[in-house]
Amino acid sequence: METVFTQYAWLIPLFPLAAFILLTSFGRSFKGLGVMIGSLASLASLVMAILVLFERMGEGVEDYRDGFKWIDLGTFQLNIGFEVTNLSALMLVVVTVVSFLVNVYSAGYMKSDERITVFYGYIALFTFSMLGLVLADNMLALYIFWELVGVCSFLLVGFWYQKPEAKAAAKKAFIVTRIGDAGLLIAILLLYWYMPNHAIDFVSIQNVFDEQTGAIAAGITTLIALLIFVGAVGKSGQFPLHVWLPDAMEGPTPISALIHAATMVAAGVYLVARTFDIFQASQAAMDTVAYVGAFTAIFAATIGVAQNDIKRILAYSTVSQLGYMMMALGLGSLTGGIFHLFTHAFFKALLFLGAGSVIHAVHTQNIQEMGGLGSRMRITAVTFGIGALALSGIPPLSGFWSKDAILNTALHENPVLFAVGVVAAFFTAFYMSRLFFLVFAGKPKSEKQAHESSWTMTLPLIVLAVLAVVTGFVETPWNNTLGTWLSGGTETTHTGGGLVMVISAAVGALGIYLGWLMYVKGTIASDAVSSRMPWLLKLLERKYYIDELYHAVFVRGLRGLGMLLQAMDDFIIDGIVRCVGGAAVLLGRGGTRLQNGQVQTYGIITLFGLIILIVAIAGRRFW
Amino acid sequence: MLSSYLTLAAILFCIGLYGALVKRNAVVVLLSIELMLNAVNLNLVAFSKYGAVPALSGQVFTLFTIAVSAAEAAVGIAVLIALFRARGTVNVDEFDEMRR
Repeated sequence: METVFTQYAWLIPLFPLAAFILLTSFGRSFKGLGVMIGSLASLASLVMAILVLFERMGEGVEDYRDGFKWIDLGTFQLNIGFEVTNLSALMLVVVTVVSFLVNVYSAGYMKSDERITVFYGYIALFTFSMLGLVLADNMLALYIFWELVGVCSFLLVGFWYQKPEAKAAAKKAFIVTRIGDAGLLIAILLLYWYMPNHAIDFVSIQNVFDEQTGAIAAGITTLIALLIFVGAVGKSGQFPLHVWLPDAMEGPTPISALIHAATMVAAGVYLVARTFDIFQASQAAMDTVAYVGAFTAIFAATIGVAQNDIKRILAYSTVSQLGYMMMALGLGSLTGGIFHLFTHAFFKALLFLGAGSVIHAVHTQNIQEMGGLGSRMRITAVTFGIGALALSGIPPLSGFWSKDAILNTALHENPVLFAVGVVAAFFTAFYMSRLFFLVFAGKPKSEKQAHESSWTMTLPLIVLAVLAVVTGFVETPWNNTLGTWLSGGTETTHTGGGLVMVISAAVGALGIYLGWLMYVKGTIASDAVSSRMPWLLKLLERKYYIDELYHAVFVRGLRGLGMLLQAMDDFIIDGIVRCVGGAAVLLGRGGTRLQNGQVQTYGIITLFGLIILIVAIAGRRFW
Repeated sequence: MLSSYLTLAAILFCIGLYGALVKRNAVVVLLSIELMLNAVNLNLVAFSKYGAVPALSGQVFTLFTIAVSAAEAAVGIAVLIALFRARGTVNVDEFDEMRR
């Protein structure tokens, strides 16, 4: 099979990089053109990525690698290059599609912002980093792009740096994910140390771990896998490092869509999928991934029920859905995890962009202050509804198929996790219907006349809505395309899924029905639970007091330590420096006083000098 | 015998040094310097008579020193008189030309 486009896959990240460099160097001089350059670059990447994907879908394709020698350290050689596998080809398309649509959308959303070219430059850099991460052929290159993604999230979450909350959120996102990055870095170092020939490219890793050659001891394998997972936990917002994700909502809404759908959080899942062989070599690591994922899924879903900020609800939903993906990976279903990542990217981007459209119209993020927007913003309402249904797992939308694939795996592997997944799915459906009905149904709660957004904003919504509907059909009980393609024909996800399909659809419908009863019909008072158990509502509203706990334990402690070190620096280190400086000044001042031009003073100095000299010479004999 | 000469010379030297360092009157300072020179001369003579290798050379040195110091004192007095004419004072602490 000829690989025409795959050979040039390295071009895909270079388009956004070129756009970033252009926009950063000349951004000020072409104000209006910034949007064009950013969008065109991502469009070029998108076209290229689709071409590569089509080529990958042909018969008899093999993984393609190319690169050049980067570092040569005696016995250790590091090549930098790119590798196109089915997994990375799929990710390329997901990233470029979402990135392109976010580019188009931002043209409308960020129109009045005067730093719009800077914004486009950042998006281009973000896209470049994520694409580079996807294409990287070894752990070190991946780590470089991994950190670049972190930097971009910092820049974009804190884009409105005049707002103190945005500044704090940017710092939080950066610091919390850095904790995970430290784990990943240690994992890479361990891999370098223990791998035969210090090879850290993915092919060698796959060969070593896949064949169970025993080259690496079981304990070390588990350790490496867990440390890699720590990195994924940080980036993908899994418990206990999820705290940065909801705060990252302070960034512009298109960025939330980009972070939550295709780039930052997907990076964690992609990392686990890319190094899946290491995880599969260690049952303990797999269990950890599965349980952390399942816990995160239900944990974040319950918090989502009690939030009132439209973007925060979606953020917790992302955390929860990422938990699903991790759970699937932990249960050994690579296809399930990647499938959900794939569909989730589209409907979550759709939901965020829809939320942005709503915020743009009503200038508030509190869903209690919205209402009745459905009649005024038809396109937004319909597309948002599609996204919400897809997220709730209503057939035949994409989210249903991917969630079903995960639940199916869970039922076969671990019934407890299956139960957790079902309950989380119920909560998801419930908070999404609560969100939808409070925003779009009922009567308007504010006097302002909301109206539909411009075409640059609605067009991406429509495209994403279509994708949210159709992408699920790549993998259904009757059609095992994705699983076969992704895993080389060894994995099936929907075996005997009739029961699971019924359960998951029923649970989703039940959640929506409950939401409808509470927030539209009013049959059940919306404070039915909260009035009886106010502590529960409080607990959920405060997100289980995790932030407060971290503040009390880590932030306070570290700040105390920091103050101690600061004091040490101020008083001891600086004190010594000040002493030396002061002594020099005193010596100089004394020197000028002695230079008074009187012979007798000079005579006394000479005398003392002579005495010191004699004492020194005499003292040497005894010393 | 030698040590008593040396002790006397040391005492003389110290008195001379003290005067040279603390006296304000320039004439007294010059006198003090002569005192220190004489302490040295006394040492030289004492060593030439009672030293480890007694010889006449010490006394010859002394004669040289006396001659040189006499010349020096003459120059010193001349400088002092010139200074007194220019500044109208003989107080050493007012002579701070070296600072400029």
